[in-house]
Amino acid sequence: MTVDRRGWRMRLLTLWLPLGVSLLFALFPFYWMAITSLKSNQELYSRKVMPLIVHYPTLKHYVDLLTETNFLLWTWNTFVVAVVSTAISLVFGAMLAYPLARMRFAGATLVSFAIAATYLVPQPLLFVPLADLINRLGLGDTLTSVILTYPTLLVPFCAWLLMGYFRTVPIELEDAARIDGASRLQTLVKIVLPLCGPGFISAGIFAFTLAQNEFLYALIFLTKTEVRTVPVGAIAELVRGDVFYWGQLMAAALLGSIPVAIIYSFFVEHYVAGLTAGSVKG
Amino acid sequence: MTAVLAASAERRRPAFSFGRWLEREGVFGWLMVAPPVVFLVALVGYPFFYGIWISLQDRPVAKPGVFVGLDNFINDWHDPVFWQVVANTFVYTIAATLLKMVGGLGLALVMNQDFRFKNLTRALLLLPFIVPTVLSTIAWQWILDPAFSVINWALMATGLANPGPSWLGNPYLAMFSLIMVNTWRGLPFYAITLLAGLQTISPELYEAATIDGAGRWGRFRYVTLPLLKPIIFIVTMFSVIFTFSDFQLIYVLTRGGPANATHVFATYAFDIAMGAGQFGQGASIALSMVPPLALIILAMAIYMRPAKS
Repeated sequence: MTVDRRGWRMRLLTLWLPLGVSLLFALFPFYWMAITSLKSNQELYSRKVMPLIVHYPTLKHYVDLLTETNFLLWTWNTFVVAVVSTAISLVFGAMLAYPLARMRFAGATLVSFAIAATYLVPQPLLFVPLADLINRLGLGDTLTSVILTYPTLLVPFCAWLLMGYFRTVPIELEDAARIDGASRLQTLVKIVLPLCGPGFISAGIFAFTLAQNEFLYALIFLTKTEVRTVPVGAIAELVRGDVFYWGQLMAAALLGSIPVAIIYSFFVEHYVAGLTAGSVKG
Repeated sequence: MTAVLAASAERRRPAFSFGRWLEREGVFGWLMVAPPVVFLVALVGYPFFYGIWISLQDRPVAKPGVFVGLDNFINDWHDPVFWQVVANTFVYTIAATLLKMVGGLGLALVMNQDFRFKNLTRALLLLPFIVPTVLSTIAWQWILDPAFSVINWALMATGLANPGPSWLGNPYLAMFSLIMVNTWRGLPFYAITLLAGLQTISPELYEAATIDGAGRWGRFRYVTLPLLKPIIFIVTMFSVIFTFSDFQLIYVLTRGGPANATHVFATYAFDIAMGAGQFGQGASIALSMVPPLALIILAMAIYMRPAKS
């Protein structure tokens, strides 16, 4: 009995308490986002009411956000940009990863080293020359500008992750296919790729969330409301001068987070596999 | 020797076959690799060197630049704000990285026990990391609002402070707040990655250590930590690089204010290049990130180098 109680106390102290505090810290901002977006302005800017719960919930901020701003258009833009740049990154990533994982050819080491180095280049290092480049190409204020530049952030990661998955395919399978007369390309498409589905899902989910998250390039390249993505639109257009439209901002933050959160919730395991692959396996 | 081999291969080879040529490792490999390599060279390699070239020019937006040598870098050297930016970046990076490392390791150890809803907990704890940073930072901005901060409301309600501090208005508190928000966002990445690392450690090692008389601390110090070191190294390297060059969080919360107290390399370079339109000067500030970053990475690589034994 006493042992049981001590075990329970120990468990409270070493498990549930730290876990509870961490969860509270991690999730409170989302709770705050949600309830702020449901409060009327009157309630929002009153110091007298207790702020931790909503007393008179209203959807006014959501209605305003969807009718008075281009939020839906920004959401669509963000989606298009994320999907296309993820697709490009997966194709390029696989094109890099397969030969580097399976073949020996002159320059292979140099290429893998260059990919690792590219992965480590922080974005702010390149925004000035890229801004100039995008301008000269006449791509300013087009979604093409970010669709072209996002894969530079995503390809190295996808290549790295896929390399690990390609290596797990037994080489005997490929040899058998080659002996049966399949070309290298056929072997890749018909034998290797179908076996690496989980790798593509991991890399894809990771790339997709990163593309949704990108801000700096979008802020610089997209200055017109029709082409903006959600983060840039929210920062640039829901803050007018010094006036913050907090209700709408929180509604936008919540709605903008939901697509990522939903996709993530379906593929948590794959996401975690992708997140940890680089450091744990490598 | 090679000549002989080549000659014999020459003799045996029938007619040139394009299909067979394509099947050679070197040819197929390069055909696959070439398009993405060209893409990355065009949009990462070329801009990098082009950026160096811009930094050597006096170059207002949309006007042809004039070559000025190292003038921009000399201006940075004599700019007091630049040195404040350097100090801010280091404080921000070191404090946030330490908090994330220690907190993340602690959380990973807590999570490395058996309990119900483990997967759900892990998924929830990762939320700060996957939600677009700008959007969650907007929520933090409202949490830290000068007039309606919920933290200050709690401080007042419990009688700890009245009216409560200005979280983003005071230079020190602003830096403190940024470090907190960065930790909030980055800690799950540490925790989940280190947890994955912990799960690869064989329980037999802990049993052996226990038999040898190691207690809780001993097992952590002599089994967990050494085996986790390579993973801690990689995670920390990523974290340092991306904290050092952070832009989003600071741009949204303080824009470098109050009075440059929270400007870091990325936000200052952005202000000078995009705000003031001085492309050359901005590029020189951005490029100044490279030497300290390289030094940090090198120092970490030496200090935390995985033992080769």
